[in-house]
Amino acid sequence: MKQLTEIRWHGRGGQGAKTAALLLADVAFSIGKHVQGFPEYGPERMGAPITAYDRISSQAIRVHSNIYEPDFVVVVDDTLLHDVDVTRGLKKDGAVLINTEKEKEEILPLLNGYAGAVYAIDAKKVCMETLGKYFPNTPMLAAVVKVSKVMEREVFLSEMEASLRHKFEKKPEVLEGNKKALAMAFEEVKLYRDREVKR
Amino acid sequence: MAVKERMSGNEAVAFAMKQINPDVMPAFPITPSTELPQFVSSYIANGEMDTEFIPVESEHSAMSAAIGAEAAGARTMTATSSAGLALMWEMLYVAASNRLPIALAVVNRALSGPLNINCEHSDSMGARDSGWIQIYAEDNQEVYDNFIQAYRIAEHKDVMLPIMICQDGFIISHGVSNIELLEEADVRNFVGAYEPAHYLFKEGESMAVGPYAVSAYGMEAKRAQAEAMKNARQVILDVAEEYKKISGREYGFYEAYRLSDADYAIVAIGSVCGTIKDAVDALREKGIKAGLLKVRVFRPFPGKELADALGHCRAAAVMDRCEGFSANGGPLAAELSAALFQAKSRMEVVNIVYGLNGRDFTVDDAEKLYQDLARLSEHGNQETEAYRYIGLRD
Repeated sequence: MKQLTEIRWHGRGGQGAKTAALLLADVAFSIGKHVQGFPEYGPERMGAPITAYDRISSQAIRVHSNIYEPDFVVVVDDTLLHDVDVTRGLKKDGAVLINTEKEKEEILPLLNGYAGAVYAIDAKKVCMETLGKYFPNTPMLAAVVKVSKVMEREVFLSEMEASLRHKFEKKPEVLEGNKKALAMAFEEVKLYRDREVKR
Repeated sequence: MAVKERMSGNEAVAFAMKQINPDVMPAFPITPSTELPQFVSSYIANGEMDTEFIPVESEHSAMSAAIGAEAAGARTMTATSSAGLALMWEMLYVAASNRLPIALAVVNRALSGPLNINCEHSDSMGARDSGWIQIYAEDNQEVYDNFIQAYRIAEHKDVMLPIMICQDGFIISHGVSNIELLEEADVRNFVGAYEPAHYLFKEGESMAVGPYAVSAYGMEAKRAQAEAMKNARQVILDVAEEYKKISGREYGFYEAYRLSDADYAIVAIGSVCGTIKDAVDALREKGIKAGLLKVRVFRPFPGKELADALGHCRAAAVMDRCEGFSANGGPLAAELSAALFQAKSRMEVVNIVYGLNGRDFTVDDAEKLYQDLARLSEHGNQETEAYRYIGLRD
């Protein structure tokens, strides 16, 4: 992993993009990284576009501005692709990860000519098969770890198990579903288009 | 043993509040400081604190109840932001003039209008002449450390003044990042018990709180209060020195970052200083001698110390996250310019207003500002206005 990884999340109010960003910061912290996880607050209401950010680094992080040239972008809701320029400033050697049921033919034209890698995951499918309810957070978190490689799969899964065990202390039945959702999400990430490699 | 954690600024201050466990907290919620009374209430409900929490009906009542509790002899705290601080205004002066060392956690937010919840320093800057000590923080670590030092400064017998511990709303209050926490026993030992010399519940002693003063006596009261604010200067430094022994972290009136040999300096307060440090490092790589003077203590204002720290620079930009509406620049620039004049400095100074209503300020903005300073020191100050904005849309 390079020294500093910057991730921008796009979601809609109520979908938990902010929580997912904070969870990613949490799990990166647990393996000894310096982290920042922060939302951009506006007139937040259910369904309105929201943005959240992560910085993950091997060194102390001092900057306190938003992220304009992220390494990775995560889109929690594909309807945002029509409203928000999600790939704005996204580094060409980075990647965008989109939660969608749609095929790549439908998704790629919506990315404003972004030339980097495009990944997709059907978080709804993962959720319904493992949790029985649609909480896109959990699979998106696993998917962004896979795409960004901020940590190894096994390290991530074991750290998440510890934190979920703590979080769902009083609801152990939820723990198993979440564990399955994380593991399944790793397998369900699809590469829609690789970056245009120029050497 | 330090405990490595990750927390938001609000969590960090709430954690410091838990570790200190003051006697009383009256509070009324307002974004972005709402989490502070929330966390404290949870700690109390969980039996981790035994602070008396008083849910009041407004911020004016919160400060009134804090004044009553503190006057009775109880160590008291509260928290607020923006309009909440504005509603406390009348009572801020009562707290300070009655020499009641209340600790107020301020989570800085813009005042109306437009109605906005984001960071700005206009709330606490507006209260700068209310007689409260004001200490600002760059990040969650600093606001935690500042809060632990707060009562030692405020309750010192030579001071006995209320204190605001400020952090940037949302940027720090709601951003999660790494932090080192002290052990609770070390915090309690450092802060110590509150033993005021005089208080309403003291047996065998009667006292008046908030009496009327005729012109024949009122001026002496103000002068004594001003003396306490002067005394706070040494106490702030002494407490910082002691705090270093338990934390390993150094504090003073300001932090000078790569400033000792700098040609060009930015002077600023709060979270923007982290961003500026990244710009300083980038410019130093290119051979530009940039430096930062981060103001930590705004009240009492360390004018001479700040002027001395800047003395050798060729040009400085003073940044205010507050408009001020003086039509002559922001409050930090006004006070620092006066201090530079007193110090007979002939340095070129520009005043920048930035970050209003939460407008972002980037490393790139800071780099450009340093380059402006370099040009200005070469060609002379061509600025026609007393101050200018950065980040304003065309």
